Amino acid sequence: MSVLFLAEHQQDNYKKSAFEAATFSKKLAEKLGTTAIGVVVGKMNNAGSLGKYGADKVIHIQSNQEVSFDSQVYTEAIAAAANQSSAKVIILAHSSTGKALGGRLSAKLKAGLVSGVNALPDTDGGFKARKSVFSGKAQGIYNITSDQKILTLTGNAVKPVRSENEASVETLDVALPPARISVKEVKTVQGIVPLPEAEIVVSAGRGMKDPGNWGIIEELAATLGATTACSRPVADADWRPHHEHVGQTGIAIRPNLYFAIGISGAIQHLAGVNTSKVIVVINKDPEAPFFKAADYGVVGDLFEVVPKLNEALKAFKAAQ
Amino acid sequence: MKYLVCISKTPDTTAKIGFTNNNKTFDSSGVQYIMNPYDEWYALVRALELKEAQGGDITLINVGAADNETIIRKGLAIGGDKAVRINAENPSAWFVSNQIANYAKTEGFDIIFTGKETIDYNGAEVPAMIAELVDMPLISFASRLELSGNKATIQRDIEGGVEVVEVETPFVISASKGLAEQRIPNMRGIMMAKTKPLEVLEPIAVDELIEIDHFETPPPKSSVKLVDPANMEELVRLLHEEAKII
Repeated sequence: MSVLFLAEHQQDNYKKSAFEAATFSKKLAEKLGTTAIGVVVGKMNNAGSLGKYGADKVIHIQSNQEVSFDSQVYTEAIAAAANQSSAKVIILAHSSTGKALGGRLSAKLKAGLVSGVNALPDTDGGFKARKSVFSGKAQGIYNITSDQKILTLTGNAVKPVRSENEASVETLDVALPPARISVKEVKTVQGIVPLPEAEIVVSAGRGMKDPGNWGIIEELAATLGATTACSRPVADADWRPHHEHVGQTGIAIRPNLYFAIGISGAIQHLAGVNTSKVIVVINKDPEAPFFKAADYGVVGDLFEVVPKLNEALKAFKAAQ
Repeated sequence: MKYLVCISKTPDTTAKIGFTNNNKTFDSSGVQYIMNPYDEWYALVRALELKEAQGGDITLINVGAADNETIIRKGLAIGGDKAVRINAENPSAWFVSNQIANYAKTEGFDIIFTGKETIDYNGAEVPAMIAELVDMPLISFASRLELSGNKATIQRDIEGGVEVVEVETPFVISASKGLAEQRIPNMRGIMMAKTKPLEVLEPIAVDELIEIDHFETPPPKSSVKLVDPANMEELVRLLHEEAKII
């Protein structure tokens, strides 16, 4: 028996979601009295480092070449690792990869799936997993009744716990089916924490008036080590790139700290951000609906408030 | 080309959320339902654009009760050629996927379109389950799709950017924003939709893998703490000392 988790990686580096999955799996494995085993698919020279975040062992499904992402190929690989490790529970990130795999693995293994889980399941007399539903307006608690269970884990739901352990790495040879999808190009922004992984997000909207005004937002984000985001009208007007758009039709995020600057807070925007742990709203309109969802609010002109906040933060950081 | 577009019903984002039956069942009384926006605005419209450009036939499929037919007719008004409803109450993602896969296998579609997720549960489970059940590749979170013969070039959203992939039909594609431009049904479409075929089929039996235990509504958020715009040092102090977040 084991708790098996997919550790996503890019070249020789694990993604943050891999460390979150490792820590989550270790905690779950301790509850179930078993071990946490990571599975890594494709070329990776640093597989054992997963032990630092809780993996007892790593199953490395090797390939001479980069295995690009095809959900069918990955499903076969993970199913083989699950079989090898007698996995009771399989943990995936609630990421573009994990979401494409969760349903496939569930159908292949006839294992019940709860996607977007945000807490350790309750394992006393069942296997009850919790997720946010109806745009964060409720929590759904689901009992998985099948023998094998699959969860996809929301980003920032678990804080990775680091130790000095190294995990043993076991290579598993699997006859993987040929990929039917060929990846031609990957275009990602470099040097920036992707939004779903970001712990602090600085988001701005139409109140910015002009795309040329974004300097103060970027400066604030730089001081905080934050990732920038934007509202839908701003992305639709091409003021900011599409991948920055958070909200119902953009991406849903759950950072520890979310700054909403010059965003009124339409319900469709809130749907993508209202599970953030702390929300700060800066808006000149005291009636902006966003204030109702905020923990802290500043009613004022963002062109004055944001630079002041940036200076105050710099002074705070310098004094730390 | 034969296109299958899976459409789902979801409460409007502005709907008030409540539960009945010991918090086990979503209370649908007084709730305004809409077609899931990813299904309607992007999946269905892209299928329609491909049909307009290259010919083909679009079947809509929905798994749900008779009152879903309002949404199915809207899909037909936007441009589906015919529709199928698999008759079921409150189906799970696993149940829905099995019904759609079962229908798709008998009909043999070239492209199965879904939205990337529904806006009520945000699971993104159904497209992946269907793909596995019908043994097709899945391209999820697609924001562009070009089709030339049976070869498709698809852009999919990934964390912090996009990935461009190539795949041959048949495949399953889940649509995100950008795949097409939303269309509003016109009067001619609405009139024509009334006479388009809508077949109702009974579901196949499915063994469920999960069950709802209960829903919880979070306590209302305490009211916002306002900070003087001239005193950003105070905001920093609160974020550090009170929220303990920086």
